[in-house]
Amino acid sequence: MRYFLFPLILFFLSMNAFAIGVDKDRLNDPLLEARAQQMMKQLRCLVCQNQSIVDSDAGLAEDLRAIVREQVMAGKSDPEIIAFMTSRYGDWVLLMPPFKMTTLFLWLGPFILLLVGGFLVFRYVSMHKSTPEPRPLNADEEKRLNQILKGSHK
Amino acid sequence: MLIKRFLPLIIFAGIFVAFMVGLSLNPREIPSALINKPAPEFSLPPLKGDGVGLSSENLNDKDTIIIINFFASWCGPCRVEHPSLNQLSKLAGVKLYGIAYKDDPKNSLSFLANYGNPYAKVGADLKGRNAINWGVTGTPETFFVKDGIIRYQHIGPIHDMQFDTDIMPIINKLRQEVGS
Repeated sequence: MRYFLFPLILFFLSMNAFAIGVDKDRLNDPLLEARAQQMMKQLRCLVCQNQSIVDSDAGLAEDLRAIVREQVMAGKSDPEIIAFMTSRYGDWVLLMPPFKMTTLFLWLGPFILLLVGGFLVFRYVSMHKSTPEPRPLNADEEKRLNQILKGSHK
Repeated sequence: MLIKRFLPLIIFAGIFVAFMVGLSLNPREIPSALINKPAPEFSLPPLKGDGVGLSSENLNDKDTIIIINFFASWCGPCRVEHPSLNQLSKLAGVKLYGIAYKDDPKNSLSFLANYGNPYAKVGADLKGRNAINWGVTGTPETFFVKDGIIRYQHIGPIHDMQFDTDIMPIINKLRQEVGS
């Protein structure tokens, strides 16, 4: 039983390997294939939108993967492949939006909000810090305090 | 300090408007990056026989509004918009061409036999590579081309009710350019 159980556990543990889709037309050169996959991870599947074309099984994603592989094989540089995609589908095809005039607020907005919020917190705290010094006790209060401390305030 | 009292309201109104505009956009409609740019070069085989079914040379007709419709027999919404296409093909000064996207030509032909063929010419984009050059993300999509320049793109089916509100204004605008 023990000889049988361990391989069985290993078999079931390896099941998720079958969940990964593998294209038939992978490049033979592992270095080029790795570069192609690196590019695919940056490209958005235009049908499923929040997946990269690596993650998607949509027909269009499959076609775009084939194009990336062809262009890598043809010796195109990374910026050339990106330009091929953006010239057809615009910046939307990139999962990481580029830093430019129209995306300025997208990239800098969080930091601007952080600065504004930090300034407001700083102003709020410094306004409430200056609570006045408590005034000294007058004669009556002093007398009462002493009574309380002695335990004879009744 | 009137402005200080109303500042939260002003900020709220700003966010409200931004969300109202942002959330009413359809994220599925990704405009092609080729609008107001020259249409891509292509040459596609016909649905039947040899030779050229449709090529970029067909886009250069002077004083004609060229409409390119990407369709497929397997595409449900394409059936929905077919009456609109039949209507489009009858307009004066307009030429409607079809590109069958990743579709078996036999199926495209029987689709056109069943629903009517509004296209002056049809090209078969068997592997869908030409569609990628146009920035197409799915069928149906319709491009309006004049003098070789892509002027407008309609994503998704042209519904009956959109014909007068969306399509005719574009055609009338392009017609005015022809007239002047």
